[in-house]
Amino acid sequence: MATGPEAARAATGPEVDLGPLGIDGGGHLLIAHALARLPVGSPLTVLGGGPHLPVHLRAWARERGHRVEGNVVIGGDADHRRLAGARRAGATGDVAERAPAAWGLAARGAIVEPGAPPLVGADLDRREEVWTELAPKLYAQAAAGQWDPATAVDWTPPELADEVEVAVVQVMTYLIENEQAALAVPARFIGRIHPHYREVVQFLTTQLADEARHVEVFTRRGRLGGRPFGVSGAGGRASLLTLLDEPEWPTASFLLSVLGEGTFLSLLSFLERHAPDPVTARIAHLALQDEARHVAFAMAHLSEHLRSDPALRYRLAAAVRRRHDALLDTAGLSDHVHDALAILAAGEWSHEAIGRGWTLVGSLQEEMNEARGRRLVRLGFSEHEANELSALHTRNFM
Amino acid sequence: MTGPLLMGAVAYDPKVVTIWDGFRRWFDDQDLAFDYVLYSHYERQVEDLVAGRIDAAWNSPLAWVRTRRMAPAARAAAMRDTDRDLTSVLVVRADSTLEGPADLRRRVVATGAVDSPQGTLLPLGLLEGVDVAVRRFEVGVGLHGDHIGGERDAARALAAGEVDAACMLDANHLLFSRDGTLPAGRTRVIAQTPPFDHCNMSVVGEHPLLERFVALLLAMDYADPVARPLMDLEGLTRWLPGRESGYGALEAAVGRTGFYDERGVVTADGYRP
Ligand SMILES: [Fe+2]
Ligand SMILES: [Fe+2]
Repeated sequence: MATGPEAARAATGPEVDLGPLGIDGGGHLLIAHALARLPVGSPLTVLGGGPHLPVHLRAWARERGHRVEGNVVIGGDADHRRLAGARRAGATGDVAERAPAAWGLAARGAIVEPGAPPLVGADLDRREEVWTELAPKLYAQAAAGQWDPATAVDWTPPELADEVEVAVVQVMTYLIENEQAALAVPARFIGRIHPHYREVVQFLTTQLADEARHVEVFTRRGRLGGRPFGVSGAGGRASLLTLLDEPEWPTASFLLSVLGEGTFLSLLSFLERHAPDPVTARIAHLALQDEARHVAFAMAHLSEHLRSDPALRYRLAAAVRRRHDALLDTAGLSDHVHDALAILAAGEWSHEAIGRGWTLVGSLQEEMNEARGRRLVRLGFSEHEANELSALHTRNFM
Repeated sequence: MTGPLLMGAVAYDPKVVTIWDGFRRWFDDQDLAFDYVLYSHYERQVEDLVAGRIDAAWNSPLAWVRTRRMAPAARAAAMRDTDRDLTSVLVVRADSTLEGPADLRRRVVATGAVDSPQGTLLPLGLLEGVDVAVRRFEVGVGLHGDHIGGERDAARALAAGEVDAACMLDANHLLFSRDGTLPAGRTRVIAQTPPFDHCNMSVVGEHPLLERFVALLLAMDYADPVARPLMDLEGLTRWLPGRESGYGALEAAVGRTGFYDERGVVTADGYRP
């Protein structure tokens, strides 16, 4: 047998009790919540709600397209209509093959109410161009791997022979301009990547932050001995500017990160091993860890892109050849840098040490060439083509 | 050859340009030749409608009352869902001893502008026969209360203790309670008007596109992503056929205050739009 209040409820239909909450204090949330669970046109009796309810209920309901009779709200269909054409911006946990401009800046998986202007300028909107399954993991690693230049390095000035300190400063001068290029290139593309591919954008922003730190630590080391900076060679700068001119994302990423930063892995590892002072060794070590991620990301997204579009290989190869041709008349790595690397590795101003440094730089260049070739083979180039392209890579390393 | 259907609207806010530009594009997409002109106040808009210089007027309720007096054949062709069954309220401070309109005898009541139906003309009807001093907050005179400033100033005066009661639209009492103009829980409503209707699309003469114009309005769908932002801006979720039965109280108030005479001549004291 039904008890009194339950019977009354059945007779009067659904109710919502606002208790002491007025509509000016959030009570409407309870009404909207209850209406959302009822079919359009159903009456909902509103109880409680404080002294202003008779005034506020009709005002609130009117603006939302509901009708009111006394303390009964008859739910309208405006909320349903607002989302009538809405679709989800892909699945929360999965990226779409293509991200429409109409999704705009919506979170992946959000219900996108139609009607806003489309996102303009995000033309890198296809999964195959930008995405890699490794992006979320690499982003997480990058976020966890951010270090503070102020505390990650003991900045006690080293005491080196004048000639060696001058060489270190020259190498830092060279590194800084390379880091600025490595910052500028992805910066030009981040805004063009559709935000649906969130982790790619996130990863690249950590890459920018990494490069910003590299610029900082190489600058600090350069100034640590109180000497002026060295020479910025015309050939090196010309080489870097061709990277900034690369208009397409896959080729820019390939030239910068696979070939350039890939080569820099060898260089930074060389600097870490042969640095004449602990500060140089430490900052080379920290930068090397970051660069390894940059190379890994580019290798991953280009591998996946090549799998879905094997013809991309020809565009990549053509980009290397084009850049080589553009740089034919330039000097490549300046003698200033090459010689400074030898003296840096020598660590002291003696015949024996200089000879050793000179030999080390020679083997560094061989090692760079071999490592570039290995990466190209991993991307699917033939041994022959990999050797050819590696040899065409700029002598400026980056 | 007839020209486009020409509608008048009052520019009470810069967004009015956005709204009617958007409607113009929307009608154009539906192949209806539509254009609009903006007025700085309602009186000239009504005069132009009656004179046939415009084919339709997006009218305030007071402008509708005047249109009807000047042109008895005028029709309310359409209105927003949000134009139906509004109420205005008479508000006092919660700690006052005032219980009903009669208690306001020889007290000061704040209202909106002289020409505001919801902020002045209609709620003052609740005080008919009560000897009160009215303190009007004349913001946007000529806009027939479309500008919320007068009601807000009246509410502020109430909260500050400068007046004993204030008149305002039900929705504005909610708005002012939410945004802090009226401190939460510190006011009490002592009277509420019966429901009245607000704006309508008034027409007087004939125009070959009029029927289609109204039909398109009524078919405007909140589910249409192009129309919805315009509807949101204009504050409706659907257009309804015009209803002429919701203006009786305002007619009576206009008669009582002598705002217009029977032929629609402006007779209100000191009203200069
Ligand atoms: Fe770097
Ligand atoms: Fe890098």
